[in-house]
Amino acid sequence: MRVPLSWLSEYVDITIQPEELAQRLTDAGLEVADIVRTGDWQNVFVGQVVELRPHPNADRLTLATVDVGGERQTVVCGAPNVAVGQKVAFAREGAVLVDPRTRQPAPLRRAVIRGVESAGMICSELELGLSDDHTGIMVLPEDAPVGVPLSSYLGETVLELEIRPNRPDALSVLGIAREVAALTGVQVREPPSEYEEHGPPVRSLASVVVEAPDLCPRYVAAVVQGVRIGPSPSWMQRRLEAAGLRPINNVVDITNYVMLEMGQPLHAFDWEKLARRRVVVRRAREGETLVLLDGTEARLQPDMLVIADAERPVALAGVMGGANSEVSESTTTVLLESANFLGPSIRRTAQALKVRTEASLRFEKGLSPYLPLYAARRAVRLMVELCGGTAARGLVDVFPARERQASIYLTQERLRRVLGMDVSREEVEQTLAALGFRCRWRRPATYVVTPPYWRTDVRIPDDVAEEVARVVGYERIPAVLRAPSLPPAEADPMRELRERVRDALAQAGMQEVITYPLSDRETLARVLSTEELASHPPLRVANPMSRELEYLRTTLRAGLLRSLVRNLRSRPGLVALFEVGRVFLPRTDDLPHEVEMAAGIVAGPKPDRWGLPRAEPADFFDAKAFLETALAILGVQAEFLPARHAVFLPGSTAEVQVEGKAVGLLGQLHPAVAQAFEVEGDAFLFELDLERLSPHVPAGRRYRPISRFPPVREDLAVVVDADVPAAAVRKLIEASPLVARAELFDLYTGPPVPEGKKSLAFAVTYQALDRTPSDEEVARERRRIVARLERELGASLRG
Amino acid sequence: MPSLAETLRELEEEARTALASVADLEALDSWRTTYLGRRGRLREVTRGLASLAPEERRQVGALANRVLEELEAAFGERRRQLEQEALARKLAEAALDVSLPGRPLLRGRLHPVTQTLRDVLAAFAALGFQVVEGPEVEWDYYNFEALLIPKDHPARDLWATLWIDYRRDGEMPMLLRTHTSPNQVRYMEKHRPPIRIVSPGRCYRYEATDPTHEWMLTQVEVLAVDEGISMADLKGTLAEVARRLFGTERRVRFRCEYYPFVEPGMDVLIDCFQCRGEGCRTCGQSGWIEILGSGMVHPRILANVGYDPERYTGFAAGLGIERIAMLRYGIDDIRLFYQNDLRFLEQF
Ligand SMILES: [Zn+2]
Repeated sequence: MRVPLSWLSEYVDITIQPEELAQRLTDAGLEVADIVRTGDWQNVFVGQVVELRPHPNADRLTLATVDVGGERQTVVCGAPNVAVGQKVAFAREGAVLVDPRTRQPAPLRRAVIRGVESAGMICSELELGLSDDHTGIMVLPEDAPVGVPLSSYLGETVLELEIRPNRPDALSVLGIAREVAALTGVQVREPPSEYEEHGPPVRSLASVVVEAPDLCPRYVAAVVQGVRIGPSPSWMQRRLEAAGLRPINNVVDITNYVMLEMGQPLHAFDWEKLARRRVVVRRAREGETLVLLDGTEARLQPDMLVIADAERPVALAGVMGGANSEVSESTTTVLLESANFLGPSIRRTAQALKVRTEASLRFEKGLSPYLPLYAARRAVRLMVELCGGTAARGLVDVFPARERQASIYLTQERLRRVLGMDVSREEVEQTLAALGFRCRWRRPATYVVTPPYWRTDVRIPDDVAEEVARVVGYERIPAVLRAPSLPPAEADPMRELRERVRDALAQAGMQEVITYPLSDRETLARVLSTEELASHPPLRVANPMSRELEYLRTTLRAGLLRSLVRNLRSRPGLVALFEVGRVFLPRTDDLPHEVEMAAGIVAGPKPDRWGLPRAEPADFFDAKAFLETALAILGVQAEFLPARHAVFLPGSTAEVQVEGKAVGLLGQLHPAVAQAFEVEGDAFLFELDLERLSPHVPAGRRYRPISRFPPVREDLAVVVDADVPAAAVRKLIEASPLVARAELFDLYTGPPVPEGKKSLAFAVTYQALDRTPSDEEVARERRRIVARLERELGASLRG
Repeated sequence: MPSLAETLRELEEEARTALASVADLEALDSWRTTYLGRRGRLREVTRGLASLAPEERRQVGALANRVLEELEAAFGERRRQLEQEALARKLAEAALDVSLPGRPLLRGRLHPVTQTLRDVLAAFAALGFQVVEGPEVEWDYYNFEALLIPKDHPARDLWATLWIDYRRDGEMPMLLRTHTSPNQVRYMEKHRPPIRIVSPGRCYRYEATDPTHEWMLTQVEVLAVDEGISMADLKGTLAEVARRLFGTERRVRFRCEYYPFVEPGMDVLIDCFQCRGEGCRTCGQSGWIEILGSGMVHPRILANVGYDPERYTGFAAGLGIERIAMLRYGIDDIRLFYQNDLRFLEQF
């Protein structure tokens, strides 16, 4: 809502500076987003051209004599449209104007043009910074007062307000004036709305039938005969323009003017175009269409409210008028509509047809049914005054369900409980009165409050409490920090695990990323196996912002891959990213199952001694190291078993198991997938399903005693078939009660190890809690281990 | 022919001169062999003692012993000297250029939004708030209806919504939550006062992105319900959190704002720490920065979950984590958070 201060001051005295006014309104809930000043010209005045003479030395130039309020100045003028009698903007030396060549502001200097001195300049709109028009001088309205500074005639300060949807009353200059009055302690001047009714009775000219009273609580109609269509007066045009509306003709401008002034949308019909002079407010019929004022054809649905005449729809109620009943230059009789329509219905219609207008935006917020009568009178008065019309006697007013406004009972106690402070009875009553509320005191301590008709948003006692608070100022309320009564603590194990996983992956050396959960279906399909895609088909957004943001992720892989590629391109070096977030697995007729997942991706050259990305590229075991480190931080012992998955390279893929249960995957990205995402080089990806991992994560740590006795260390090398996992050998060695650890330190294939076999060497630590193992004891245990390795894994001792 | 004593003196002189010119430990060893060794020059001279008269032999013998002892002492002294020199040389050779960089280690980091979110939750935890979460895909009921924003309510425009393509009875009841406020109702349905929770999570809006707008957001919802909670508690609590997050010297301001599910509603502002209230780009020249929206829980919401609104009152607030992170780190483009460029992320 754009509110020119000059217009606002017609209804209320503005006693403070615009900046302070803006602050006060904003603090009271009516946000002033901006203060726009136009026309702050110095040394520019309203002048009148009184004489034109040809320039003695140039055919295309004229010498114009301009009356600038008692004083005459002669200037050289090159504009083709200059004429005697015009009111113009006259700039004296020193005025800062826009230079038409450079488009930059520059001060006007005294000049001699083709031998004639020019005492100033008649300005174009471009030179005044009002528009890009430089085809001629700007001609001011005939009633412009000669001699006054242009800034006081054309200059304006406009408040740009962002009105919240609960305050449709504030979508009007009068509504803002009421707020200003309450906040600064002054009175509001209501605009005049009296007029003389010289026409025939309105009922002899028109009839109104409301067939859908559920959607149209009130319909007021007025008829004005003998109007002369023409431009509206310049003051009205200027106000409409300053408020952001385009002037059209006097009748239409009056409807818009009163809408901006009082907040009630109005519509003017050409009375002669209404069949049988009938107005029917009804739901649209199946298959009906209506060409709107903007030229588009609306296909009407049966739940849409229309205004019809005896034969056809003539307007889309509360949204836009129809072309078939539009006021035109030949219109002589106007039927003015000032109605109240139900907000949700108007909103649904406007959204369905994608036509949101100043009218529909007001109606959808729920206007007062008491407003139409005031607005109709005001508009008729202006039509009589400005269009030469004759008002019919009386108004048609269909208002079947007139209700008395309910009183609101606010106790002193409730007010104190909500605000946390006491406000005196006197101050409450004063504040409410300033806002137009009626307020009675009922013993022992209750305010009986009736809001003014325009405040449809105030319904319950706490609403009234807010009114008091926002006017006395939220600053008055004390800030209290008390020890609260605390509810019992509730654990959220999944959240706690998720945050621990985040920390663990970061501690392992990876960078956290957060990616969008939406992508396109093809991208998701590329990183999911056929089974995954079939068992959890991704949910679709019905109104996606773009094709790339259409499907809800069922995996973190795609987002990570995208981040990887972006970073591999933007900077050289190792990229190790992880994300912890939710994937969305659809369920029948329910919200999707939101599973917390963790995933990591690793690719690119590792840093050398100098930190430069010149060492070998990261491989499977680099990625595994991140995962293993993170799992170790969580206290989880995982096993990695060979696995197959469509997205990973066969032979370089592992299933991550904990206590025999699959919890995730680790592997090299399949080259086909890597290519589809334009990944250069090998990339390695892992993921953990935190829901599956959760039962296997120890809640805390348990202390294990440290042996006071020295260990015995020995190397043990065995030859096994190439496909026997090293982890299996190690597990078997460590199964011995005397072995504290077995660490792999050599892996060897090639002669003299036979073909198809490999040699594994372990550093074995024998240790007992209660003694130092003797040589014989260690030898006996070693023989037992070797025998078991031979028996269970077909191993043989090497060397 | 010189006497044996003279020869000894000459030998001593010669040995000392030679010792002085010995340059390293190797040469020192051969000097010792030459002069003091089993077949050395001193032994050679003292072999002549046998032919001397007993008195003279005793005198010259004593002299020979003195020369031997003194040369041994000189040798020891010289050796210590040379060893020290050698050590100094070795150390000099081995001195490090301490300005060389250490061997690189990988450093992992949490996303700045995660870091900021944790700080916010910690500030509330210190005031007794528990963390509770809810679903990101939500029912229209919890996201709107239960918060007093029915269908066709104009306030729905405040949250441009992404709807899930799922229909029931001709309606689309499922959506990507536009705020974390649904968790207020979800939690109150299952618990009785006193309630003191914070509820973090991602939210989504149908919104074109620009330096100040992002369609994915991280929010924290705050809810406290109990007997005797007023706007004064709301102000006290949020002012305390603002100071914990932005510094104890921060000034906090409150003003009226509309949210359908609170009454009265208010916004919380802090004085701009860029310009200290003078007005700058960060604060849009106003000197104040809005950091959260809040208000007293609407009594109808309390009644709808079965609380007696005459007995219980409560406050609710919502914070945007990205906005707080932008203020803390001086980030001027919200889109940087989810572009995931390491050159950005590695700064935190
Ligand atoms: Zn600032």
